[in-house]
Amino acid sequence: MQRIGVFVCHCGTNIAGTVDVVAVAKALGQEPGVVFSTEYQYMCSESGQQLMRAAIREHKLTGVVVCSCSPRMHEATFRKAAALEGVNPYMVEIANIREHVSWIHKDMAEATEKAVILGRAAIAKVHLNAPLQAGESPVTKRALVIGGGIAGIQTALDIAEAGFEVDIVEKSPTIGGKMAQLDKTFPTLDCAACILTPKMVDAAQNEKINIFAYSELESVKGYIGNFKAQIRRKARFVDETKCTGCGICTEKCPQKKVPNEFNMGLDNRRAIYIPFAQAVPKVATIDANYCTMMKTGKCGICSKVCGTGAIDYTQKDTVIEREYGAIVVATGFNPIDAKVYNEYGYMDSPDVVTSLELERLMNAAGPTNGTLLRPSDKTHPHTIVFVQCVGSRCDETDERGKPYCSKICCMYTAKHAMLIREKYPDTDVYVFYIDVRTPGKNFDEFYRRAVEQYGVHYIKGQVGKVVEQNGKLHVQASDLLANEQLHIDADLVVLATAIEPDKTARSLGTMLTASMDTNDFFTEAHPKLRPVESPTAGIFLSGVCQGPKDIPETVSQASACAAKVIGVLAKDKLTCNPCVAHSDELLCNGCSSCEKVCPYGAISYSDKEFRGPNRTTLIRRVASVNPAVCQGCGACTVACPSGAMDLKGFSNKQIMAEVDAICK
Amino acid sequence: MSHGNNAAEQVLRSSGVDVRKCMRCGKCTATCPAFDEMEYHPHQFVYMVEKGEIDKLAASPSIYKCLSCFACVERCPRGVEPAKLVEAVRLAVIRKQGMNHLATDAIPALLDEEMPQQALVSALRKYSK
Repeated sequence: MQRIGVFVCHCGTNIAGTVDVVAVAKALGQEPGVVFSTEYQYMCSESGQQLMRAAIREHKLTGVVVCSCSPRMHEATFRKAAALEGVNPYMVEIANIREHVSWIHKDMAEATEKAVILGRAAIAKVHLNAPLQAGESPVTKRALVIGGGIAGIQTALDIAEAGFEVDIVEKSPTIGGKMAQLDKTFPTLDCAACILTPKMVDAAQNEKINIFAYSELESVKGYIGNFKAQIRRKARFVDETKCTGCGICTEKCPQKKVPNEFNMGLDNRRAIYIPFAQAVPKVATIDANYCTMMKTGKCGICSKVCGTGAIDYTQKDTVIEREYGAIVVATGFNPIDAKVYNEYGYMDSPDVVTSLELERLMNAAGPTNGTLLRPSDKTHPHTIVFVQCVGSRCDETDERGKPYCSKICCMYTAKHAMLIREKYPDTDVYVFYIDVRTPGKNFDEFYRRAVEQYGVHYIKGQVGKVVEQNGKLHVQASDLLANEQLHIDADLVVLATAIEPDKTARSLGTMLTASMDTNDFFTEAHPKLRPVESPTAGIFLSGVCQGPKDIPETVSQASACAAKVIGVLAKDKLTCNPCVAHSDELLCNGCSSCEKVCPYGAISYSDKEFRGPNRTTLIRRVASVNPAVCQGCGACTVACPSGAMDLKGFSNKQIMAEVDAICK
Repeated sequence: MSHGNNAAEQVLRSSGVDVRKCMRCGKCTATCPAFDEMEYHPHQFVYMVEKGEIDKLAASPSIYKCLSCFACVERCPRGVEPAKLVEAVRLAVIRKQGMNHLATDAIPALLDEEMPQQALVSALRKYSK
């Protein structure tokens, strides 16, 4: 028989305001096996823990039930306190009477009754608890960063700085991400390339960093400290070790009609290309979808002009396998497709552009060499209308848009408007806004400068429709403060389209078993206190894959993420969770159901000898669990038809005992 | 409870519109093709219904000037549906006075061959019970 102590926490008024904690302690004190029961204002406080430890000593407790907040908050605190008094930490159970009771109930009598019931369930479980010992597993001292934008680069640089190896896997031919496409950056207006490319070069030159560009993650297995990843290195048809990036092939290639994705399709590139001058690695890539040689077998000009013999039309994808201790997701974002907003005429006129397209139209390395010209007739636009919140802040029922604020648009639009007024003072610039959101250091000052110093017309209202008429864009909009409908003949309309996570995020989340929200942003382990960790151990989050953020915020988060990764890689061994599955070989019928559902590949089958009746021997196929790989998710225990599979610390018997206690 | 609030509740109930969803972006009014004809514009309908100013709306010719084209409903990013409020105010007025703005008998005289059937249906929907 266990000697159980019950400790009911007030949590100030968080619990005690709704639950009669004295009554709960009294009722649970009557339960069989309970030799001590008390309540206290803050069990998690130092004095609360001292109270618990004294009770363990005095009453020789073998099991502890704490009625308090979620075990996610203080389970570790109470386990440690119990361990200090020689009680196995897995003999401590939490009854969550805050999140599950006081915060969701109003009526005190009802809440108190439920708290008692949950306490009883925890007591019933403790009766069946057994001491568990945590094992250890080694740590591979290398990190994988998925995505080579500013977030991935910064995280990789910081991890490498601490002396650990890092691999960056980037799906496009160069690292740099979205930031490489930007012209200037708010609020200081420094050139994006000028501040980004040194970091790209640092990453390339760092001995600890391997860049796998033009590569994609194929599969990931394992667990924190011991991941195995397969990386597909897509065929560039150019030998990376031979190519010097001289670019002569990209000048001589006769296939000139390939939409240039780096310039948002505003101009064309060749079939063999280097995305931009400062690309890292600076290596050419053949686009097999357009290359004449690859399609018809006739051409081969790039091969002829290449001085180092780097062109290899027969190159194949290769898959490499690498081991990692931690994985960082830095998959970033894309603007949503503006073509669903047909009221803005994006598909009808080339002069309706997205903000990212405008970045390229204003960038010195862009299709117009930095001179702002209308895409349609290459003339200078004199009236420009910016539309804010295109696809952001929509109702959840809205099929075209996103329910969240994209966060960066207010600031980059102020930047665009300001830069245009600075460079082309004869231009009228209108910004239609719902709210101007500028929280950030020097952000509101920046926006006010656009209005006061640069004379940008900010109008509280929205654009209803844009219609092309005789080379002009007729903009019909509302001015809510003047209660007017405005009609503006514009030369250029710029849509601040919402941003969304990269399309690869969803499948990556599944591969990593890392949870995501309904918008495909990765979920953090705690929205305030663990913002750069995924709830899945060993998976970390960097940049916009976790939620919209600007460059300063992305870089801070990227460094925070690196700090968390370093915390894992710095350890030689990690403590395993002892709550893992195990199979009762006498009950196992060898059906493989558990093996099929196990997301970690922790279960294997083997033939074993068993003693049969009359001194005979039987060979049976039975399951066994690798406790180092098992993460204790419990999927196998549910799938097992014969009841052979069970989870330590959460056995079927324990759970049934809890259910019985609740239903009593 | 004031008369205005009762009327506002009736409008909200019969329209099924949740005016609290409005984020004051003004896309409804930016979209409205009958803007110049209307005394109160779509975004004002939303705001005034929320404030309970049904009497002002009911007395305004706006409720008959609205084309019922539902462009504001289509374009609203928050799913607020301003045109349904216009319709609800109009219905409240028609019901209270017990008289339609378009009598069924008057229709044949208004018919012309070019008129699409849909216009007739819309007119009945708009001006009568």
